[in-house]
Amino acid sequence: MKIIVCVKQVPDTTEIRLDPVNGTLIRDGIPSVMNPDDKAGLEQALRLRESVGGDVTVLSMGPPQAEVMLREALAMGADRAILLSGRAFAGSDTLATSSALAAAIRKLDYDLIITGRQAIDGDTAQVGPQIAEHLDIPNVSYAEQVTPIDGGIIVKRSFEDRYQIQRVMFPCLITALGELAHPRYMTPGAIFDAYRVHTIEQWSDGDIEADAKRLGLGGSPTRVKKSFPKSTKPAGVVTRAEGRQAADIIVAKLKERFLI
Amino acid sequence: MTRKPIEKGIFVFAETVNGTVTDVVFELLGKARELAAQLDVSVTAVMAGDGAFTPWKQLSAHGADYIVLVKNPALSQYLTLPCVRALAEAVRLCSPEIFLFGATPIGRDLAPRLSARLSTGLTADCTGLEIEDGSGHLLMTRPAFGGNLMATIICADHRPQMATVRPGVMVKQINEAAQDAQLTVLDVNIPDSDARVEILESASNPPARRSIREAKVLISGGRGMGSQKNFSQLERIADLLGGTIASSRAAVDIGWQTKDRQVGQTGQTVRPDVYIACGISGAIQHLAGMEESGFIVAINKDEAAPILGVADLGIIGDVMTVLPALEEALRAETVF
Repeated sequence: MKIIVCVKQVPDTTEIRLDPVNGTLIRDGIPSVMNPDDKAGLEQALRLRESVGGDVTVLSMGPPQAEVMLREALAMGADRAILLSGRAFAGSDTLATSSALAAAIRKLDYDLIITGRQAIDGDTAQVGPQIAEHLDIPNVSYAEQVTPIDGGIIVKRSFEDRYQIQRVMFPCLITALGELAHPRYMTPGAIFDAYRVHTIEQWSDGDIEADAKRLGLGGSPTRVKKSFPKSTKPAGVVTRAEGRQAADIIVAKLKERFLI
Repeated sequence: MTRKPIEKGIFVFAETVNGTVTDVVFELLGKARELAAQLDVSVTAVMAGDGAFTPWKQLSAHGADYIVLVKNPALSQYLTLPCVRALAEAVRLCSPEIFLFGATPIGRDLAPRLSARLSTGLTADCTGLEIEDGSGHLLMTRPAFGGNLMATIICADHRPQMATVRPGVMVKQINEAAQDAQLTVLDVNIPDSDARVEILESASNPPARRSIREAKVLISGGRGMGSQKNFSQLERIADLLGGTIASSRAAVDIGWQTKDRQVGQTGQTVRPDVYIACGISGAIQHLAGMEESGFIVAINKDEAAPILGVADLGIIGDVMTVLPALEEALRAETVF
């Protein structure tokens, strides 16, 4: 099975803090990590390779620093890593990002493409299905479980309160939920190899089959018009109280508001 | 009253599951009515199906001027490719300015693929939609960076302007006296090439507790509850208040609560009349999912807990002493 996993380096948004004075984002010192859903997708890809054979290529679009994350993917066991980087991709929205990734994938052989359901910095869940559309292959989103069959896969597709078991034949794309597979740890030997033996292939817009008009800012139908910190509402009443006293305060307030 | 033409109006995807219109559709219709009044255009509910389910009254009462049913036996259950084809056909015929979807597990699969087919922009998980003065563009506001920041997105040069909207954010408007929407049935051809995914089995996850999005009162517990057992205290208080229980991500990650209870950026957005946060510190991701609640009570030992900053009433105290007393006090209230 030939598998491509799309991975993104993201700021660890659980570590982000707001400046208490002006409400702006404190970006300094925020660690970058492999997006959790993507990492679950990579783990699933490695398990599929272990059970039926094949190879796993990781593909990322991002700045040169994303190389660190691709080394991590290699140390987890990926066979090949490609970093799509360059000015042509700057300012991409999800559509332009998916166009670029699809154009890179057209240069590769694959049966299955795995993306994370969504990235924790954007939370859009758009790039996976959009890549599938560009490549004219079927997609199954929100994959919770994957089982290989001859020439395809069986996927448990989550709908939160319900699920479906779906069969899809290759070539196809799935988007991985974080629950899909718990990522393995890197081994010291594999980390060593990821730096000393493997290389990260650097691709630019010249290496892929893409229409320049569909890349970067120019290929992005959406623009960020403005961003702003969340408005804060006026402070409520805060008091120190325990037991019966606290209960009485709560009940009185709820009554005052006709809530009970 | 004469209807505005169906062309260049606002489309709302009428998502249906097992013969029920998903609730967020009515919320979207409520918002679409507001936007349509500003733009002086019509609102169309677009449904894909086999024609067996006909919720026309419901869709009319919630604000649809028109209903387009894109019909084919292959559309009886949701599958990505047939549904994308169906909606693309409706867009081709009516050239909508705006197309809204619920940010549900279906909408978040369908809308991206459709936007790529139509080569237009899509903004995910919006919490605010407005029309820009002058240009008439749709201003789509959404949380970014895990809810740390808000961003307003526009799609100036491509149509339709597409957005998914989180359930529980917009407000329904019901007008039982509204005239019936005008129905158009569009028979669409679904080629075999769209049948590349096959449903082998459908099933519900063990459900049964009331959805946290529907409850008017939510009693929510976090890591500070100390143990799974202590959530039964919350259940009893929820019963007394006619509400249901919810939880923070931390309590879900530990395994005290199931994912369907989770409030926040990676869980659900809720807007109950009363939200009582018990032993929840209030990570930004959690606040993003509940800060629009009508009245917020927070009980926390730690006076520095961020949840106290959004609370209308904050109690610095131990949930283990406050909750049993609260249960007792509420029981006394409801005796007569």
